[in-house]
Amino acid sequence: MKRLTPYLLALPSWMWLAIFLVVPMAAMASVSLQTGNAIDGFAMTFSVSNYTDAISRYSTQFLRSLLYGGLATVAMLIIGYPVAYWIAFKGGTRKSVYLFLLLLPFFVSFVLRTISWGFLLADDGVLFGPLKSWGLLAPEFHVLATTFAVVGGLTYNFLPFMILPIYVALERVDPRVIEAAYDLYATRLSAFRRVVLPLSLPGVFAGVLMTFVPATADPVNAQILGGTANTMIGNIIQTEYLTNLNYPTASALSFTLMAVLLVGIFIYARALGTENVLEAVAQ
Amino acid sequence: MAELNAIELDDVVKEYLSHGEVVQAVKGITLGIAEGEFFSLLGPSGCGKTTTMRMIAGFEDPSRGVVRLHGNDVTDVPPNKRDVNMVFQSYALFPHMSVWDNVAFGLKQRKVAQPEIRQRVGEMLEIVDLTGREKRRPREMSGGQQQRVALARALVNKPRALLLDEPLGALDLKLRQAMQIELKRIQREVGITFVYVTHDQGEALTMSDRIAVMNDGLVEQLGGPREIYERPATTFVAGFIGTSNLLAGTATGGVLSIGGGQVLVEQDGQVSVTVRPEKITISTEKPDGDVSVVPGTVAEVVYLGTYTSYAVSLADGAEITVFQQNALDSTTTAERGDPVWLSWRAQHSYAIGS
Repeated sequence: MKRLTPYLLALPSWMWLAIFLVVPMAAMASVSLQTGNAIDGFAMTFSVSNYTDAISRYSTQFLRSLLYGGLATVAMLIIGYPVAYWIAFKGGTRKSVYLFLLLLPFFVSFVLRTISWGFLLADDGVLFGPLKSWGLLAPEFHVLATTFAVVGGLTYNFLPFMILPIYVALERVDPRVIEAAYDLYATRLSAFRRVVLPLSLPGVFAGVLMTFVPATADPVNAQILGGTANTMIGNIIQTEYLTNLNYPTASALSFTLMAVLLVGIFIYARALGTENVLEAVAQ
Repeated sequence: MAELNAIELDDVVKEYLSHGEVVQAVKGITLGIAEGEFFSLLGPSGCGKTTTMRMIAGFEDPSRGVVRLHGNDVTDVPPNKRDVNMVFQSYALFPHMSVWDNVAFGLKQRKVAQPEIRQRVGEMLEIVDLTGREKRRPREMSGGQQQRVALARALVNKPRALLLDEPLGALDLKLRQAMQIELKRIQREVGITFVYVTHDQGEALTMSDRIAVMNDGLVEQLGGPREIYERPATTFVAGFIGTSNLLAGTATGGVLSIGGGQVLVEQDGQVSVTVRPEKITISTEKPDGDVSVVPGTVAEVVYLGTYTSYAVSLADGAEITVFQQNALDSTTTAERGDPVWLSWRAQHSYAIGS
C-alpha cells in the first residue's frame, strides 16, 4: 500500500490529463480524418486528403503565422532580455515591485487589452487623430491592419512570458561567478558574453518556447489589429470551426500546426544543445 | 633601496551605508605584504578581513586610503586590470565550462597565443593533480577537486599575488588538513605571494609566514605564527588564538598574588598576564624553584588522545586550563577533586595590553 501511495496521489492529475487532454485530442485526431458536412454528419473515411488539402489551401497563412510568431519572438527577446537583466541585477530591494508591475496587465483580459491597442492605433483614434488634424501626419498614414500592428500586438501581449523565465535564470547566476570573470581580466562585455549570457540561456530557451508557440497560434491579435492581408492560421482554424463548421479541415490544420511547432522546438533544442541547456538548468 | 612590498595598504578605510547609518567595516589598516610571502588575515566573521581582501582585489573601493601593488597606486584600478587573482570562498567556478575552459579563461581574456595557453593550462593542471579530468564539468567533481580547479584557474595567470578567501571552508576536516599542506607546497613551488583570509586559527598557524589578526575592522596584532601564539599582544588575540588562561590583578614586588598562589611578573601595578595551557605543569606536590606556583583543585579531566586537558579551580573561583602531554613517562594522573599545584616558568607569563 505504501508503495502505491505516490501513484494514488498522482491519480487525480493523471485523470485530469486523460479526460481534458488525451480524450479531446483523440477525438480531434479522429475528426481530422473524417469527411462529410455539418448537416448530414461526418463519417470516418481515413481521409488523409483533409491534411494535404488544408495545407495547400492555407500555406500562405501558415508561413505568415510562423513569420509573425518569429518576428514577435525576436522583438520580445530584444526588449525582454534587458528588462530581465535590469530587474535581476539592478532591481535591488524593489525586485518584487517590478515583477508585479510586469504582471499587472494580466489583471485585464487579453482580448480587452488588444482591443484597447486597437483604439490607440485606430486611423482617427486618440493618438493619430489629433496628429493628423494638426498636419503632423499624412491623412493616409495608418498602423492598424498592417504587419507591424499584428507583430506589435503579439510582442506586447506575450512579453511577460519572455521576461519572467529569463529573469529567473539571471537571478540564479551567482554574482561571485561574474566577479570571478572580472578577476580573470574579462571586460564587462566579455564577462557578459562568456559567462552571464551562457548561464541565462536556459531562461532564453524557456522564454522563446513560452512565447513563440502561443504567438504563432494566436488568432486574437490578427483579428483585432490586422487586416485581411494579415490573417494568421489561428484565424483560419477559428473560421473553419465556428463559421464554416468544417470540423475536419479545422482539426487537420490544428494538428499540422502542432506538428510544425513540435518539430520546430525539437530542431531549436538541438541547435541550442539540449544537453547544455538541461545541464545548466540542473545547476 | 628598500625592497618593494608586493601589496601595501595605507590607512585603508571602508565605510558603507546600512539603514541610513554609516558603518565602518574596515577602520584604517596599514600593512605591507612582502613578495613571495604567505600572509594570512585571521579573525572572526565580521572583522573586516574579507572586505580588506576585496579591496586588494578591486571589488570594493576604499572610502579612504591607498592600495598599492608593487609600488603602484591601484586604488582606482578595476579588478580586471589588476595583476592579482582570487580564489573565491565557494570557488565560483564557471558552471557551464569544462575544467580546461575554466582554467584557460584568464589566458584567453588576455589574448595569450593558443599554443602557450595549451602548454600553461596543461602544466598547471599537472601541478594541482587534475591531469585527465580536463573535460569534466565543475559539478561532476568533488569539493577538493573543485578547490584545485579554482586554484589552477587563478595561478595559471602567474599573478603577482594570489588572494584566497576562506578557500578550505567547505571541505571536511581530513581534506582540509591535506589541502593545507598542498597549498603550502604549491605556494613554495610557484613562489607567488599568497594572501589568505580565514577564521580558522589552526589553518593560519599551519601555513602562514606572517599573520594579521583582525578584530572589529582593525589589525590587533601582526607577526609570525609563533610570535602571535606565544606572545599575544592583546586580550583578544590571546583568546582568539588557541586556548589561554588570563590572570589579572595588582602586582607588588614582581609578584601577582592570585587564588593563594604567586605568579611572577615583570612589572608592578595593575597587570594582565596570559599563560598557555601546555606551558603549565601539574603536580601533586608543591614544586620548588624560581617558578610561578598556584594551588587548586581538579574540577574536570578530559582525555584527548595526545594530551589530557585539566580544568583546575583556584581558591578565588577562577579556573585555569592545563594541557598535559600523554607521554610515555607521564606520571601525574590527577583525578577529579584532587588538590594539585600548578607551576610555570616566569617567561611563560606574558603581560598583555587590555
